[in-house]
Amino acid sequence: MIVTRTQKAGFSLYAGLVLLVFYFPVFCIIVASLSKKRFFSFPYASEDMTFKWYADALNSPQVHDFVGVSLRIASVTAVASVTIGFFSALAYARYRWRGRQTFQRLVLLPLFFPQSVLGLALLMWFNFLDVTTAWWTAAIVHTVWIAPITTLIISIQAYGLDESLEEAARDMGATRWQILRKITIPLLLPGMISATCFAVLLSWGNFALSLFTTGADSALPEWLYARMTSGYQPMVPAVGVINVGVAILLVIVLFAIVRWSTRKSRTSAPSH
Amino acid sequence: MSDASPVTPSKARLLERVPGLIGALSASPFALLMLFGFVAPLLCVVWFGFMPSKTFSLLQTPTLENYATIFNQTYFKSILWSLGLAAVTVVILLVICFPLAFAMAKIFKGAASFITYAIATSLFVSENIRLFGWVIGFMKRGVVGGTLETWFGLQTDSLLYNIPVIILGMVYVYLPFMLFPLVLGVKMVPDQVREAAFDLGASRWQVFKKIDLPLSMPGVMIGSLLVFVLSVGAISEAKILGGQKVVTIASDIESEFTYAQNWPLGSALSTMFIALTTVVVFFALSRFDLEKLLGKKPAE
Repeated sequence: MIVTRTQKAGFSLYAGLVLLVFYFPVFCIIVASLSKKRFFSFPYASEDMTFKWYADALNSPQVHDFVGVSLRIASVTAVASVTIGFFSALAYARYRWRGRQTFQRLVLLPLFFPQSVLGLALLMWFNFLDVTTAWWTAAIVHTVWIAPITTLIISIQAYGLDESLEEAARDMGATRWQILRKITIPLLLPGMISATCFAVLLSWGNFALSLFTTGADSALPEWLYARMTSGYQPMVPAVGVINVGVAILLVIVLFAIVRWSTRKSRTSAPSH
Repeated sequence: MSDASPVTPSKARLLERVPGLIGALSASPFALLMLFGFVAPLLCVVWFGFMPSKTFSLLQTPTLENYATIFNQTYFKSILWSLGLAAVTVVILLVICFPLAFAMAKIFKGAASFITYAIATSLFVSENIRLFGWVIGFMKRGVVGGTLETWFGLQTDSLLYNIPVIILGMVYVYLPFMLFPLVLGVKMVPDQVREAAFDLGASRWQVFKKIDLPLSMPGVMIGSLLVFVLSVGAISEAKILGGQKVVTIASDIESEFTYAQNWPLGSALSTMFIALTTVVVFFALSRFDLEKLLGKKPAE
């Protein structure tokens, strides 16, 4: 498309502005996390700057517990939702079958659903089943919400799947299992990897679903919320920054993996 | 698909012979998960809504008393607040995101993926942490207030706890859900069509109204729908940024489950709320074809 230089500059300026406003809260949290005072006020003198709260947060056994719970939920959720998402992506994008169109519509339903209500519904359901809620029930709830997302991500890859490769393998006598292992999984691997990252990240940051379903265990976002609503505490911004930092780190890893795997599949792709 | 090879063992051959079986089989783990983790809990909620007030058991005689309570009290106010805030959020986000999405899809090159990653990162940070950033920014002697006071000599009280701040919070939290569908939508607009229109003397506004907007409609629809549904169910924005200024339907529901310990009433409220959102979603989903949008390869 032909764009004049002023148009491009205008759009760049606008995008910059949006990003600036978008990252303003993160900036605020970082500023607050470095303030020595018990009650934050801005601006503060440079001798009031400290990393004490970070040290406190990293040494706090309580914070360790919450990080542990969050990580446990995230890893179980990732494994479950990518496994389920792999098969449902094939049903979504690859195979032709009678219920497919209905399936495609229904897959998205949990995404369009308010999370707090979903969390409460599952709380009642577990109560009805006489299950005591704990971190693993939260993992089930996260999977219910995240499996549709992994399905969609892997589906995008599955749409580009070259069916003739699977058929060629079958004509040469490969079993279903062999085809799955040697052809389908490797070809969908980039999608599966990014789905895994998405699942971990979304579970890591989720609050609304965890709130009602972790029972006696408590995930990191829940702890932060409880501290936030019960008045200002200087360690909260520091933990928040650590949480954001972990997310950014994971995104960079995701970015690197996606780049690496697309480059690899581009150089080794049989059909091009 | 249909020509089965005789070499494969019998179990696999069954999969070849019955058309569509493999598809249904692949869908089954997901279907089971949804049945157990989505459909059953929702039925449980609906059923619980008919139980007498303040009970925790599902085995009482069904009654309509909760619905009577809902209609006799002021719950409709919080429903209206939720719907209104959500609608305003959708409109503001459409205005903010369309130019950005247009630039990302059509003008920027490397910068587009940078913006994508910069915005997407926020999805992975719990929304209450991000809202807390605004609290620090807007509280009395916070980052904004302190700056105004020190450099401009303006005394400000806390800028929090009002309706514009709640809307700001919602716009902020749900921006990615509008932006990304819009980018996909704008990518679907073929450049040639736009150029042809310009060549035929269409004005910029005409091109936007007759070409850009209609051709990127699937993205606009998905984005608006996602944002609407998510923000109707929003709870943290009004709580963290809004103080007690506005009570949304989601926080009404939550307090029935927590402070009031009245699960049946909370369930009845949820049921109404679910019915409302389902109607909106189905109405909107029936109007366009999702596969068209997703099945299309991204124009790279």
